Amino acid sequence: MFGYTVLLIIALSLVAFYVGRAQGAAFVGGDVKSHSLPSYHGAFVAVWVGIPAIVLVLIWVALQGTVIDQALLGSLPASMTEGASVSQLRLFLSEIKNVAAGRIFSEPTPEIQAAAETYIRWQGIARWAMLVAATALMVIALVIARGRLTTRFRARNNVERVMSGLMVFCSTVAILTTIGIIASLLFEAYRFFEQVPVTEFLFGLNWEPQIRLREDQIAGAGAFGAVPVFVGTILIATIAMLVATPIGLFTAIFLVEYANDRVRNIIKPIMEILAGIPTVVYGFFAVLTVAPAIREFGSLLGIAVSPNSALAAGGVMGIMIIPFISSLSDDALKAVPRAMRDGSLALGATRSETMTKVLLPAALPGIMGGILLALSRAIGETMIVVMAAGLIATMTINPIDSVTTVTVQIVTLLIGDTEFDSPKTLAAFALGLVLFIVTLSLNVLALHIVRKYREQYE
Amino acid sequence: MTDSTMTVSVDWTSEEGAARRRRRHAADRRLRAYGIGAISLAIGLLAILIVTLAATGYKAFVQTMVRVDFTISADLVKADNIPAGNFRAVVANAMGTLFPEVEGRAEERELKRILTNNTQFMVRDAVIADPSVIGGTITLRVPASDPFDQLNKGEISRDLPEDQRRVNDQQITWFDKLDAEGRITTPFNWGLFLNADSRFPELAGLAGAIVGSFYALLVCFLISFPVGIAAAVYLEEFAPKNRLTDLIEVNINNLAAVPSVVFGLLGLAVFLNFFGLPRSAPLVGGMVLALMTLPTIIIVTRAALKSVPPSIREAALGMGASKHQTIMHHVLPLALPGILTGTIIGLAQALGETAPLLLIGMNAFITSPPGGLMEASTALPTQVFIWADSPERGFVARTSAGILVLLGFLILMNAIAIFLRQRLERTW
Repeated sequence: MFGYTVLLIIALSLVAFYVGRAQGAAFVGGDVKSHSLPSYHGAFVAVWVGIPAIVLVLIWVALQGTVIDQALLGSLPASMTEGASVSQLRLFLSEIKNVAAGRIFSEPTPEIQAAAETYIRWQGIARWAMLVAATALMVIALVIARGRLTTRFRARNNVERVMSGLMVFCSTVAILTTIGIIASLLFEAYRFFEQVPVTEFLFGLNWEPQIRLREDQIAGAGAFGAVPVFVGTILIATIAMLVATPIGLFTAIFLVEYANDRVRNIIKPIMEILAGIPTVVYGFFAVLTVAPAIREFGSLLGIAVSPNSALAAGGVMGIMIIPFISSLSDDALKAVPRAMRDGSLALGATRSETMTKVLLPAALPGIMGGILLALSRAIGETMIVVMAAGLIATMTINPIDSVTTVTVQIVTLLIGDTEFDSPKTLAAFALGLVLFIVTLSLNVLALHIVRKYREQYE
Repeated sequence: MTDSTMTVSVDWTSEEGAARRRRRHAADRRLRAYGIGAISLAIGLLAILIVTLAATGYKAFVQTMVRVDFTISADLVKADNIPAGNFRAVVANAMGTLFPEVEGRAEERELKRILTNNTQFMVRDAVIADPSVIGGTITLRVPASDPFDQLNKGEISRDLPEDQRRVNDQQITWFDKLDAEGRITTPFNWGLFLNADSRFPELAGLAGAIVGSFYALLVCFLISFPVGIAAAVYLEEFAPKNRLTDLIEVNINNLAAVPSVVFGLLGLAVFLNFFGLPRSAPLVGGMVLALMTLPTIIIVTRAALKSVPPSIREAALGMGASKHQTIMHHVLPLALPGILTGTIIGLAQALGETAPLLLIGMNAFITSPPGGLMEASTALPTQVFIWADSPERGFVARTSAGILVLLGFLILMNAIAIFLRQRLERTW
């Protein structure tokens, strides 16, 4: 019904456009010069018809569910709702909806059965009411907008003002997204910290995110001390950076100082391919090839390597990050003024001396910024570690052990679990909040360093 | 101070000087060698990645099929109620005719394992499609089950001791007999593209994932393209320099660096829990991907708008066009090739995103392609993830094949972007 309503709105807006344009065309060639072109008259009427209707429908769809839920609860007999807790009421609602949708598991009580029938009826009414209300609104708007059209009517200015408004709204979507992220993370994390103290989460040394299935269950009380998870994240990110930084940096040095244009034109696209491969592919590569290879190598040396070792996950993540470091370092090295490089070479320094004694020190802030950005990527990277790292949080910095990371825990805690009241799922949001804060700070820091350095030379 | 000159004489030709020079040049060559080493390492790793994927994946592009003649006797299948027919018996009889010597329930069961588990349903569908075969025979090519597919492709070695492989000697003899009769073929595996997911590797395909990814990308495009262009046009052409626009710009840059899994959390908390949209739906996946693609599109659109020379704007304004008309009629059309190129690259990134889709449930086990935007579905990368997690041996090849298909789509999209850039983009 929603789709049909939207189609109807689009169709009626088109009709409105032609109606307005026809009227605008009638103004042309009269004694008084028409202010706007006929198509602007058309657009004015179309905008008047379409936008209020779309807004109405969106608000309607957003509120319909809640309003019907409240009305349904009100219609239940008082004996059922009297003294019932919020979660009990929610249970009633989902039962009613299940019955209405025909998913009946046990014989519903007559009250629920009746409520389900009411629910189906009300939904039907609400759907048609939306269509009727939207149509009525559009007809009224059409009449009003047509009434406003005159020869000297400033239709173009009106349309342009609406367009500007739409553009401002679109550019605030970025802000709305950020607000949405922060609000949802804070809200769910707050609910988590109501059940688990912040200090335990941040400083506890034991991470066993389980919930009791029964009240009397001894095991599985759950522990939410995230330090082992943080340690695992740092371990894997460190391994990734140890792999990526030298390779990326030497690649950039070679490309800037030694490679000719032909070589550069071959290597740059290859680096772009490396950056464009989806992370799920790297994850599968880690599981299929790298982890068994490391295990084989370990058993050759007589060392027992865990099948999902931090080394495999971190190493493959390092491969993924190489292009970030190489391209950001490349930019930083290129941003050093040419005069400095030429001066050094003119004094007789070799290219390596120019690089290590002049270019690298000058580009160091930019390179540091790039490394920080890459580190934030490594910390936030998900699929490689979900596939290749472990699930159990062990407190170790041994790279051949299995460790877990923040992102792995977020994904495993939330996959296939829709229960939203348990600390288990809410913990994922607390971890997400920490992840968001850390990556954001790293980014802000990196951008700050890069910007400060750029001012020096420009 | 006036006539004091440095009179340190350096003998450049001395043994000492030559040695120093050699050392310095050796250091230069070393740095160069490190660079070449680093690049070779990176390229080598990329090559290993692609070669292993291709080596494990290419076998999933063909599928072992067994040609079997099924006798549809009117006793087992009634013409007036075909779906209720006893197709299990039809399959058992067909295999019995091929191997009359096989006796006993256990042996017959072993024999039936050569064919895929769903054989009876395939026969049923074939009979429903053509009811005239009732009473006669129908010849179908049925996928061999995973162990025999592996055996045929050489993944399972016949030299292994019997208790270490998944097919026993007796089954191998049967299979070889079928092969000798010319009943075994390995044609191109259309099922990989036409079937949806399945618990049985020989039947699992990417159709559901491809359709799901298509819907999600469609939603992503429909949201992020207009919103991104409108935002970029406003920020680049109209916005006054004030705190609000500064805030928006900082926001866009930061959003581009937020980890993708956080967008998944946003989708879960806001779209699923707050707005109550259905789980696993391509609509929600597309909306989350749109939020992630938006910064990319805004940034490339602004760059494309910047590259349109000011003379175009001044000419339009000079002819009496309004600012809106200048931008809508002249600047935006000229910037469009650049915008399209950037959008396609942004969509290619969105196609490869996995983590946010996992959190909104697009990793469900779904055995039919989605019929609409609100129906549960998987996407290509999440399908790869599901298969990578599946224990059956046959899914390893499927996973690699899925990845190759995904990479194929990415290469195609990037090629279109490069083509557009070369054909349409103007230099001023």
